[in-house]
Amino acid sequence: MNPYQPPSSEVLVDIYRRMVLIKQNDERFRAVIKSGKLVMPYYSPRGQEVIPSAVSTCLTDDDYICTIYRGVHDMIAKGVPLKELWAELGGRVTGTCKGKGGPMHVTHPASGVMVTTGIVGSSMPIANGLALAAQIRGEPRVAIAYFGDGAANIGAFHESLNMASVWKLPVVFVCQNNGYAEHTKYAYGTSVPNIAQRAVAYQMPGITVDGNDPIAMHRVARDAIERARSGGGPTLIEANTFRFHGHVFGDPDAYMDQHEKAAWVAKDPVPLFRAWLVAAKHATEEQLAAMEARHTAEIDAAVEFALSSDYPDLAELRRDIFKDEALA
Amino acid sequence: MNQTSTDINTIQAVNLALDDAMAADVNVIVLGEDVGDGQEGGIVGVTRGLSTKYGDSRVRSTPISEQAIIGAAIGASIVGMRPVAEIMLMNFTTVAMDMIVNHAAKLRFMSGGQTHVPIVIRTMTGAGFGTGGQHADYLEAWFAHVAGIKVVAPSTPADAYGLMLSCIEDDDPCLFIENLPTYWNPGTPPERGVQIPLGKANVVRSGTDVTVVTYSRRVHDVMAVAERLGTAGVSVEVIDLRTVSPLDTETILTSVAKTGRAVVVHEAVKPFGVGAEIASRIYESLFRELKAPVQRVGSRFCPVPFSKPLEDAFVPGAVEIEAAIRATLE
Repeated sequence: MNPYQPPSSEVLVDIYRRMVLIKQNDERFRAVIKSGKLVMPYYSPRGQEVIPSAVSTCLTDDDYICTIYRGVHDMIAKGVPLKELWAELGGRVTGTCKGKGGPMHVTHPASGVMVTTGIVGSSMPIANGLALAAQIRGEPRVAIAYFGDGAANIGAFHESLNMASVWKLPVVFVCQNNGYAEHTKYAYGTSVPNIAQRAVAYQMPGITVDGNDPIAMHRVARDAIERARSGGGPTLIEANTFRFHGHVFGDPDAYMDQHEKAAWVAKDPVPLFRAWLVAAKHATEEQLAAMEARHTAEIDAAVEFALSSDYPDLAELRRDIFKDEALA
Repeated sequence: MNQTSTDINTIQAVNLALDDAMAADVNVIVLGEDVGDGQEGGIVGVTRGLSTKYGDSRVRSTPISEQAIIGAAIGASIVGMRPVAEIMLMNFTTVAMDMIVNHAAKLRFMSGGQTHVPIVIRTMTGAGFGTGGQHADYLEAWFAHVAGIKVVAPSTPADAYGLMLSCIEDDDPCLFIENLPTYWNPGTPPERGVQIPLGKANVVRSGTDVTVVTYSRRVHDVMAVAERLGTAGVSVEVIDLRTVSPLDTETILTSVAKTGRAVVVHEAVKPFGVGAEIASRIYESLFRELKAPVQRVGSRFCPVPFSKPLEDAFVPGAVEIEAAIRATLE
């Protein structure tokens, strides 16, 4: 392993670019849902921006991710184009999946988003398969499995970590521990203080990291991805973070400890990192403001594109069941 | 059964199909419990020799982790591999249902056709070996009820070979059901390299009085009854579905339009089964042409029992098959 070099200004600003792009999109998703123009189940990732933003700066388009229903931040960080993303969430034919997948099944192989699942725990077994293909073919690709803390209590987690370890697969398991499994607080349903402890059972490195600290997150992700790429096998990363909103849009989150929530929101990683970048002279206020203005314009265009696009033709009900449409 | 020197059994036939497919395409890989030669090439030896020939990278014995096995196959297939995953016994598919039903079957549709899942899931089952309630069920109706997965159930070694080649080359997920108790029965050898198309039934016996639709092991029971009834002046047409889903409705309807009578026979339990689907399709199209109600024959509606007399009575035998055929002739 190379000694850790702190990220360059360019990388740091790139992490922020992805973070703020997620935040700006999240704010717009919620606004447009409230306006009634977008109707979908929405699992806000607000508060969890750092994790996929830092991870994605260590990946290329050739690397794969499998993510979950609370995964729009993972998709945006990995580079899914906003127009196609918004159109998919709008159920439009111009969406990544022609509107047939929706928010819980966004797929965009060109940017490496291979599977998005609505089933807790199911990103991991499939990420193993993507890594297996890379291993058999001798390709230097890495697969990332994103999942939440709740998924660490389902059988697929344990089967997947064991198999990945036995086969030394080039996969990184990134647990975004936001403290809640749906409405249930972490400690109520999890036997260990830290998910990363479970890596011991599978003979792989397990690292708990502050998932809201961009530099710490980058370092852990970079090391794990490098290990996977060089044949060193899988890593379990537990990135601690917090979900600023309820489980799903419209959830009044009465089960959440409001003091705890307020404390996390007060440490919102997006403005904190922004202020640090400026103070440490990695970027100027003007640069970041210009970046954010560009994002706003891109999101404006994406919303317009999505809402003005057509819905899929009803013939789509017969398409993509089997390769041969006549069989459906 | 008389075996000639050229006959092969289903174990050998599937092994040959896997061997030929692996030789032809480096993307074909095999994974499952005990499949490697270090583990004797599977509990009945279907994959014997493959890991020695093609290496442990392409033929992988796995932990007993059905979700992880199917998940690995799905992920690898999405990026162009052709995995043949073995779930040793059909009852064990129950612990991988999420991967099979929510993912393998649906990813093509949910991704708008951007990805697809060309996997084959090999599995064996069937009553007769005294394995009791969790090792012998026919669960094909569960999978046939899900859009996006093909369900294939060969009845002979040669069919197993040709259908397996088709499944491996097919761009959709295929569930391939092998009957355990008849694995060792010899049959005529397949024509090497020749595929048998999916979704096409095989009229294995021509007749004019009644059509019997069946598949997998029960084809042989039906054929024995049909031959015997033939000598008694009843002309039975027998259709071996080969593929349960997509169902070859056209071949069934053509036959029943001719005979005016139909019986469906399968080893799966009767209620809510494939027989109900086939009977409905016949009624929807041929109600007025039928000379008698469609009859269904399946196993008794209980778990597969252990005790030999109970197990023998559980599965549909010649008596039930003949009675159903005769019921259409009354």
